[in-house]
Amino acid sequence: MLEIKNLHARVEDKEILRGVNLLVKAGEVHAIMGENGSGKSTLAGVLAGRDAYEVTEGEVRFDGKNLLELDPEERAREGIFLAFQYPVEIPGVSNTYFLKAAVNAIRQHRGLPEYDAREFLKLVREKMRLIHMSEDLLKRPVNEGFSGGEKKRNEIFQMAVLDPRLAILDETDSGLDIDALKAVADGVNALRSPDRAIIVITHYQRLLNYIVPDQVHVLMRGRIVKSGGKELALELEEKGYKWLEASVREPQPV
Amino acid sequence: MTTATSTIQELANREYQHGFVTDIESESVPRGLNEDIIRLISAKKREPDWLLDWRLKAFRHWQTMEEPRWWPNLRIGPIDYQDIIYYSAPKPKKKLNSLDEVDPELRRTFEKLGISLDEQKRLAGVAVDAVFDSVSVATTFKKTLAEHGIIFCSFSEAVREHPALVRKYLGSVVPYNDNFFAALNSAVFSDGSFCYIPKGVRCPMELSTYFRINSAGTGQFERTLIIAEEGSYVSYLEGCTAPMRDENQLHAAVVELIAVGERAEIKYSTVQNWYPGDKEGRGGIYNFVTKRGACRGVGSKISWTQVETGSAITWKYPSVILQGDNSIGEFYSVALTNHKQQADTGTKMIHIGKNTRSTIVSKGISAGNGQNTYRGLVKVLKGATGARNYSQCDSLLLGDRCGAHTFPYIEVKNSTAKVEHEASTSKIGEDQIFYCKQRGLSTEDAVNMIVNGFCKQVFLNLPMEFAVEAQKLLGVSLEGSVG
Repeated sequence: MLEIKNLHARVEDKEILRGVNLLVKAGEVHAIMGENGSGKSTLAGVLAGRDAYEVTEGEVRFDGKNLLELDPEERAREGIFLAFQYPVEIPGVSNTYFLKAAVNAIRQHRGLPEYDAREFLKLVREKMRLIHMSEDLLKRPVNEGFSGGEKKRNEIFQMAVLDPRLAILDETDSGLDIDALKAVADGVNALRSPDRAIIVITHYQRLLNYIVPDQVHVLMRGRIVKSGGKELALELEEKGYKWLEASVREPQPV
Repeated sequence: MTTATSTIQELANREYQHGFVTDIESESVPRGLNEDIIRLISAKKREPDWLLDWRLKAFRHWQTMEEPRWWPNLRIGPIDYQDIIYYSAPKPKKKLNSLDEVDPELRRTFEKLGISLDEQKRLAGVAVDAVFDSVSVATTFKKTLAEHGIIFCSFSEAVREHPALVRKYLGSVVPYNDNFFAALNSAVFSDGSFCYIPKGVRCPMELSTYFRINSAGTGQFERTLIIAEEGSYVSYLEGCTAPMRDENQLHAAVVELIAVGERAEIKYSTVQNWYPGDKEGRGGIYNFVTKRGACRGVGSKISWTQVETGSAITWKYPSVILQGDNSIGEFYSVALTNHKQQADTGTKMIHIGKNTRSTIVSKGISAGNGQNTYRGLVKVLKGATGARNYSQCDSLLLGDRCGAHTFPYIEVKNSTAKVEHEASTSKIGEDQIFYCKQRGLSTEDAVNMIVNGFCKQVFLNLPMEFAVEAQKLLGVSLEGSVG
């Protein structure tokens, strides 16, 4: 579904991604772990199409299409969803209104008729049950006055409603206490499906106790330096990132 | 340049939609201003002597006044008052006996602006007075309204048919010597709307006036007078457009609202979309308007809601004088300035009666090189025991070449008064736009959604159809503002 080849990207003059390779298939959950500054969020941003990043080399294919040619909204409509590390507040715009506009933009792109208010409400109710969202969050303005946990939960709720092909969760665990973390992880697990791939970006192994990945990759100084199964996360937890320092210095075959 | 920016650039070139000129034979007075011109205007309208005297008094006073030296943040070109045509009217073919006889060219003009003068086609609940340059050309639903005892007609007709009412209230809230532009208006005003709601009547439909400037070189100077008796209610809306011209045109109106009796209520909404000038700031309307209401009855209420998206310069402060005990004043405003537009707007709430309350919600949006100023006064006099005011002024900036300014003045002479003021300034963030785009929305939809969310508190106060209109208008006015 997603194929990243030798991806290089920079912010202003600083090269952050220095040759990332990754293959993600439908139905799989991949975890990308790394220290602060290793390039995790840059990778998420590049995939979603954030302006600040400039891709200097490499390619990204999504269902065979050249992803890098598409505008952010086109990527979203094609089925890429980014759960933000810091969800943005939009005062005065209700969550429901926002989501309905988004759902219909995506449906239009796929040649489907737009949902009317009744159909949309039905969809929303169903997804609310699925991930245990309270109804009052729907009426409130997008993320305004939400607690950290509510914001993250709202991201997963949006993901449930928008039904993406590929979901990228950017440090969804940051700033959450254990109960909120569990609630969010339950939501994500409810959305695992054979048609959908999920990339979980995190600093800590903790989240991966609840969202168990098929593969774990360690990102260091802009490259994936080690990949493995879910046990790699535990090993990393035990030995720390320093353990892999040596591998970064060796040239990496592309 | 990013893709988003280039889309925006294309949209920026979209033109003002109401900029056409109607080709119609007009009758004008000669350019310039002197007593003879005023006598001529008054004679054309076959006015009684007392009104001509009032005009002349205003004119003589105006001559002693100085043009305001403008606030330091407003840039304004010189206005040559002798180079303006003070009266211009479409030449009447004959006397009109019914709406069907309105000149088809005028009818088409208003149709094009989305204002049907055909009662059957018009939105069911709205009566319209259509003002073209200096005169009212049609008023719809007069009969229906008359059945309720409501008077809704052009100002000229009111002077002829209801002289006692006009004489009693004209200038009673905005005296002829109030300020430079109010004095000018009092001297030369040509037409406008008049509305009287008798005791205990709830006006069954929205009343509205649509102002259209057409002729070149003219100014529009209209007056609106609305009187609500005890226990009555009226909701009134005005809309404005003008052709695109390279020179600036002056619009100096006066609006007086009087909530006479106990619990009388007037709700006045404006959607102002005068031609704003081009992207370089050439042309556009100078919108210098005096609007004021008096809450004279106990528990009476006046509410101003304005959406100001047009005009090269907007200078207006719709105000409420809270005389009656327990009376209520409200001001809800959205002012948008794009390109080189400037707006200096706000309100004055003067608390005189006991337990009077006022609410001010102002939303300023600045884009392009636009400059947006909120200027407001909350004044609580000695006798206004228990007076309360809440003010909220929020500014939203799009881009980094525009400006937002807030000047709240507060004068309190009664220690029991409570006055609250909140203000905020924010920038539409790239983050907000990116967030929306990541959910599948286009840049344009994202900006519209963010701005509309910002203005929601004000739009909630507009009558339903006009709220929708206002949202669309905001969308059009904003095009080309991000990037």
